[in-house]
Amino acid sequence: MLTIKNLHASIEGKEILKGIDLEVKKGEIHAIMGPNGSGKSTLASVLAGRELFEVTEGEILYNGKDLFKMAPEERAREGMFLGFQYPIEIPGVSMMNFLKTAVNEHRKYRGQEPIKSSDFLKMMREKKKIVEIDSNLTNRSVNEGFSGGEKKRNEIFQMAMLEPRLSILDETDSGLDIDALRVVANGVNKLKSKDNATIVITHYQRLLNYIIPDYVHVLYGGKIVKSGSKELALELEEKGYDWLKNETAV
Amino acid sequence: MSVEAKPTNIKNTFIDLFKQHKDELEEGLPDFINDKRPEALEAFKKLGIPTQKQEKYKYTDLSSAFEKKYRQYFQPKTIDFNVNDIFSCDVPSLESKNILLLNGWFYNREQPLFKTKEGVIYGSLHEAANKYPEIVREHYGQIAGTKEDSLTALNTAFAQDGFFLYIPRGVVLEEPFQLINLLMDEEPGMAQYRNLIVAEENSDSRIIICDHTLSQQKFLTNSVSEVQVDKNASLDIVRVQNEHNGATQLSGLYAKQEKDSNFSINTISLHGGLIRNDYNLLLNGEGCNSNAMGLYLTDRGQHIDSYVHIDHKEPHCTSNQIFKGVLDDFATGAFNGRILVRQDAQKTEAYQSNNNILLTDDATMNTKPQLEIYADDVKCSHGATVGQLDEEGLFYLRSRGINYKESQLLLMYAFAHEVIKKIKVKPLQDRIHGLVEKRLRGELSRCNYCEMKCG
Repeated sequence: MLTIKNLHASIEGKEILKGIDLEVKKGEIHAIMGPNGSGKSTLASVLAGRELFEVTEGEILYNGKDLFKMAPEERAREGMFLGFQYPIEIPGVSMMNFLKTAVNEHRKYRGQEPIKSSDFLKMMREKKKIVEIDSNLTNRSVNEGFSGGEKKRNEIFQMAMLEPRLSILDETDSGLDIDALRVVANGVNKLKSKDNATIVITHYQRLLNYIIPDYVHVLYGGKIVKSGSKELALELEEKGYDWLKNETAV
Repeated sequence: MSVEAKPTNIKNTFIDLFKQHKDELEEGLPDFINDKRPEALEAFKKLGIPTQKQEKYKYTDLSSAFEKKYRQYFQPKTIDFNVNDIFSCDVPSLESKNILLLNGWFYNREQPLFKTKEGVIYGSLHEAANKYPEIVREHYGQIAGTKEDSLTALNTAFAQDGFFLYIPRGVVLEEPFQLINLLMDEEPGMAQYRNLIVAEENSDSRIIICDHTLSQQKFLTNSVSEVQVDKNASLDIVRVQNEHNGATQLSGLYAKQEKDSNFSINTISLHGGLIRNDYNLLLNGEGCNSNAMGLYLTDRGQHIDSYVHIDHKEPHCTSNQIFKGVLDDFATGAFNGRILVRQDAQKTEAYQSNNNILLTDDATMNTKPQLEIYADDVKCSHGATVGQLDEEGLFYLRSRGINYKESQLLLMYAFAHEVIKKIKVKPLQDRIHGLVEKRLRGELSRCNYCEMKCG
């Protein structure tokens, strides 16, 4: 589904990603861990198409297509979804209008008619249950005045509405208390199927108690320095990132 | 009957024009209107057409608009068209009384004045000045001073007709009045009409004003509106400006509010070559609430200038200014918001904001807040921004599959929403939502037919 080869990316001339290789197949959950500043969020942004970053080397194939030739909106319509670390507040754009526009853009791309209002409302109701999101939130402007936890829930709600093939969740656990974390993780688990894949980006191991990854990768200094099974996450939790830093230095 | 204003020496042209047509100007009007003309002309003679050397007009060049040739009529020119062909208001569930001004003259010459069973009087100012001189005399030229602003002075010298509305004490009008200003001629024209609105004690009413050009000729409008809002009265005006790029609209609004009154003006400028909107609001009694709001969407070579002057004369009053604009291509704009809090106006609350989005590098906006506060126990704030659309917001929308253009539109629409949501008449709010969306999508490129549908 996703193949990243020797990816280098920089911002304002400063190289952040220094040669990343990663292969994600459908049905898999990958966790990418690493200390602050290791390039985790940069990787997520590059995947989603944020123009702030410049790709200097390497390639990414998504469903066999050159990802760099696709605009952010095309990537989304091809089934890619980025759960933002810091979801953006958009005052004046209602959640309803925003989601309906997004859903219809996806449908148009697949050659379908715009969704009927009654079907859309029904879909909203069903998906809301998955993330236990308050009905009041969907009557408001996008993320405006939402608490940190509500914003993260809203990301998973959007994910549920758009039914992506590849979800990249950037620090979805940051700023969440344990109950919210459970709700968000449950949402992700419910949406998992044998046909889609998830990349979970996180600083801490605790999210991985709820979302069990098939693979764990450690990003450090712009490179994946170690890959392994879910046990690697526990090892990291125990020994800290310094352990790897030392190992890398050797 | 009509004379061409020559481009050379505009000021003298107007003075000559006045002398030549004094009799026609005065015809059929009472002395209390005609007696104001000579002193107004004197003031105009002294002040001349405003130039950019004056602080108040620093960012607006009026010379090119005035240098063009226009025909000015001193009697209404009859233009035959079937009103119903052009106007049938389809704002859903919005029933309003339509009142037409054509080139500044009350259109219905057969019945120039109406009186409803509640005692509401509306129609031609020319007619009202004769039929109800006691009402007109009390306010005409009293709310708008003639000596300070040369355009107001010019209007006072030349005005013959306009719109008159009188809402008597205690009358509540749910149904809005819709005043439609139409410009239509076979040659370039100038209109200088005068409106007077009197809302008496405890009355409550709404007015919608629409400005339209129906033919492609160049037009210059120099209008003045005087508004009296008596004790505990409530008056709400929404204005939609939709004129073509060859039209210049100079409009001076003067409102005087008495104790515990509410007044609000919300101007949605969709289209227009050069627009200058002056708002002069005097809070003349305690406990007044005053709102001046505006939304302007401009592109190409359009220019819009909003000048607001709120005079807090008495204590315990609140005023709010919210002006927002989106400027595309090489459009230019200016905002000058002045809040004057006089020494006695303790416990004043006065707020002002002006936010602008420039869609290109060539669009320009000049914004200037001016606070003059002489009382010590007040709450005042102002804020102005000029910027681009939020990049992060754009990316967020695109990352959900919404294309770039649609994402831009959603953000612009959201930006405009703050002003539109203040429109209290819900069907009108919906209608304006639709119009703004159309405008932002570039589907409202021509405006020589009434986009209020209405047309």
